[in-house]
Amino acid sequence: MNFAHRHVLGIKQFNAEELNFILDTAKSFKEINTRKIKKVPTLRGRTIVNLFFEASTRTRTSFEIAGKRLSADTVNISASSSSVVKGETLEDTARNIEAMHPDIIVMRHSASGACHYLAERLDCSVINAGDGTHEHPSQALLDAVTMIQHKGQLAGLNVAIIGDITHSRVVRSNIDLLHKLGASVRIAGPKTMLPPGLERLGCKVFSRVAEALEGADVVMMLRIQLERQGKTLIPSLREYSRYFGLNEKNLALAKPDAIIMHPGPMNRGVEISSAVADGAQNVILDQVENGVAVRMALLYLAAGGEKQNHDADEGDIHEQLAD
Amino acid sequence: MAGEMTEILDSTAIQRALTRIAHEILERNKGVDNLVLIGIRTGGDYLAAELQQKIAEIEGVKVPLGTVDITMYRDDLGHRSNLEVGQTDIRFPLNDRCVVLVDDVLFTGRTIRAAMDALVDLGRPRTIQLAVLIDRGHRELPIRPDYVGRNLPTSRSEQIEVQFNAQRGPIGVNLFK
Repeated sequence: MNFAHRHVLGIKQFNAEELNFILDTAKSFKEINTRKIKKVPTLRGRTIVNLFFEASTRTRTSFEIAGKRLSADTVNISASSSSVVKGETLEDTARNIEAMHPDIIVMRHSASGACHYLAERLDCSVINAGDGTHEHPSQALLDAVTMIQHKGQLAGLNVAIIGDITHSRVVRSNIDLLHKLGASVRIAGPKTMLPPGLERLGCKVFSRVAEALEGADVVMMLRIQLERQGKTLIPSLREYSRYFGLNEKNLALAKPDAIIMHPGPMNRGVEISSAVADGAQNVILDQVENGVAVRMALLYLAAGGEKQNHDADEGDIHEQLAD
Repeated sequence: MAGEMTEILDSTAIQRALTRIAHEILERNKGVDNLVLIGIRTGGDYLAAELQQKIAEIEGVKVPLGTVDITMYRDDLGHRSNLEVGQTDIRFPLNDRCVVLVDDVLFTGRTIRAAMDALVDLGRPRTIQLAVLIDRGHRELPIRPDYVGRNLPTSRSEQIEVQFNAQRGPIGVNLFK
């Protein structure tokens, strides 16, 4: 198929066929990560800038390793060490980086839509590594690869997602992807953390965790963002843990072969008990492993889809800029 | 594919050529010790499976068979529309093996260059030999096949297609003008 996207801004821009194509491409790249020499020359001579305005260990490392395994040159910039602290605007920072001719900018930013903003203004490819509470496409794709690895296919799966839905970009990307590929999504969380309109997205919404877990094939726990809104939206962590945490007892409501996922970093004893986090059903480290393959696929496709997609929507933006 | 079609080899002729190549491989390598077959996706992998079968009929030994996908080693990323990446599947070490690389049509030699790069990333074979069903000329790199089914002088504008049936058996080689 003809993959005509230069940018990866969100799951929203892809149809089911394109999503399956990305997942298949990731599957092919996965083999490289098991080799003794974990490197192929695919992106030799390309430069990838990891521009992270928010703290990240997993995603940044994963993108960096993915780039390096494809032989690209990767450069990391984090907000604390950049001129952002000196008051430079996002656009100026990005334009300065672009003047050094990178091929791909991978960006995480606390503002929703920051990646779209850059994609409209820059010549290089932009990959969204998480923008505010909007989207985190590579996470949803690695979750999908992990579900397929353990369950064979996404179609027909019951996926329960539990936690702070309002502030989760992981959820928004996951709901979109899972629905496009035929899974059904159940949501549960405290009322203060459930945004309105989830039913319109096609999700079943429950206020009790037990109802969402009943018969689930996949249980995805979300992190309570202790450093942010987390504390003000719930009475106490103990109460949250009691009513919305996953433990051995309520896990028994899900299917016996259900898998447990978490995008990390986990708050042990808050949203997930240690017994469950380390239990036989957890696939949390598989998610991390698959993340490298998924990001290799995204970098490869963004770099390869570069020159022949002027009819795609991002291409239009590109042409407007040239005027 | 448009234009005039000429049949170059039918399925019997392909089988005869593969049988001869199987014998030549065994003669050159003095048997099946250390021998492995690696087919290039897609086409070469089907022919490698045929050669494995023929070698088994002659020597009674099934030599290891692998497939290599060269997409990640191509030198034209960003210049082509098809970005599909297949899987490389080689489940045995290549160190000190005598590898016979199998492809259907040898043309510019760039595919073989990429395949050799892929193989040396996986190990250090003692030798790499090249078997192709059709050598159509027009090399752009210093690459020469060790075993050839049929040498076929062509013009650059012509196209060669090896056809396979649903069981991945080769059924014909056609030339399109």
